[in-house]
Amino acid sequence: MIEEGRALFLQIAEGVEDSIIDGSLAEEAQAPSTNELAAFFRINPATAAKGVNMLVDKGVLYKRRGVGMFVAPGARELLLGERRTAFADRFVDPLLAEARRLGLAPDDLSRLILEHANTRVPASGTTEGASR
Amino acid sequence: MTHAIEVENLTKRYRDIVAVDDVSFTIEKDTIYGLLGRNGAGKTTVMSILTAQNFATAGHVSVFGEKPYENARVLARMCFVRESQKYPDDAKPSHAFRSARLFFPHWDEAFAKRLIADFQLPVDRRIKKLSRGQLSAVGVIIGLASRAEITFFDEPYLGLDAVARQIFYDRLLEDYVAHPRTVILSSHLIDEVANLIERVLVIDRGRILMDETTDAVRDRASTIVGDSAAVEKFIGDREVIHRESLGHVSAVTVLGTLGADDRARLGSIGLEIAPVSLQQLIVRLTQHANGDASHATAPIEEVAR
Repeated sequence: MIEEGRALFLQIAEGVEDSIIDGSLAEEAQAPSTNELAAFFRINPATAAKGVNMLVDKGVLYKRRGVGMFVAPGARELLLGERRTAFADRFVDPLLAEARRLGLAPDDLSRLILEHANTRVPASGTTEGASR
Repeated sequence: MTHAIEVENLTKRYRDIVAVDDVSFTIEKDTIYGLLGRNGAGKTTVMSILTAQNFATAGHVSVFGEKPYENARVLARMCFVRESQKYPDDAKPSHAFRSARLFFPHWDEAFAKRLIADFQLPVDRRIKKLSRGQLSAVGVIIGLASRAEITFFDEPYLGLDAVARQIFYDRLLEDYVAHPRTVILSSHLIDEVANLIERVLVIDRGRILMDETTDAVRDRASTIVGDSAAVEKFIGDREVIHRESLGHVSAVTVLGTLGADDRARLGSIGLEIAPVSLQQLIVRLTQHANGDASHATAPIEEVAR
């Protein structure tokens, strides 16, 4: 669950962000507390607090005095924008590098991506189209 | 005052051996520390001096702003769980817990009972007859249930199996969240405690080698793996703390955080980044400080040329 070699508080923050992005933690819902995160991930509460504070600074979470942390309105959009910007660096560049090593041209690669998208991801909504 | 403990220029000499060599550091209140280092590095000596069970040759220590020697007021606020605690011959765990209850003002009897059940400790068997793990459990229970403002655990896990150690870590974390206090955990099982400790103090040959937050240490080093020539070219003048090679492949551990640019560059030239765990980092740094890493340097340089 926890990777070596990367700052723990970043991983905790990313875990909360993932839940917001996939919708399991809705906007205006109460976010897990520092102590809950510490207990769940078995980490020092100060580290969990650092991750939570980072999300507060970013405007993803906000504090309601005496109640706890909540997901800020607009947090999901904010995170999606951030992740999309980072997508090329995190996923596309390494993909291109490996393709180059294997002698796959960008055109081959895009064909592969389309093929896989059509065969392997029968997401809801595409089933109708596929049956025709 | 946010410091629980202050140590200034502490030195301890046993005849001609310097166990602790002019060491200065502070321990913040309500923080879990990892006190790490090899056997004989000076960990136990430092803890003994802080708890007034040993004398300093030179230097000053203060606990809650006072000197600990013959200072009952300060000593009652500390609990020192030793690796090899001695008990009277006919003592039973129940006797040890009764004494602890009298001595420690914050002793929590219900918590102690729960821990006894967790560790399945036979409280009415003589301590002499207990297994090594059960003996360790007695110390761990006293250390946790005493809820002292400063608790030292000196390798508390000897003989405890993986399940019992996990119980210890879990109860420590739970109880720390509910009752924040200062904990100094000395351990060789560095990766097991890495996520529990907020700060790392590494002692090597009587000196402080590292005094940092665990988070700052976590991404401080990386191992670059790949073609030797490419690895050498990438590391440039970065500080190398360890090298290994197999044929034309090298794994070189360098200090310094890698930025997004570095990662992109590494990816484009086909080099991999392997994470360095806290335990690996401390092992490498300790070896590096002792000059052990140098012997591995020569052959790689030849390969690179």
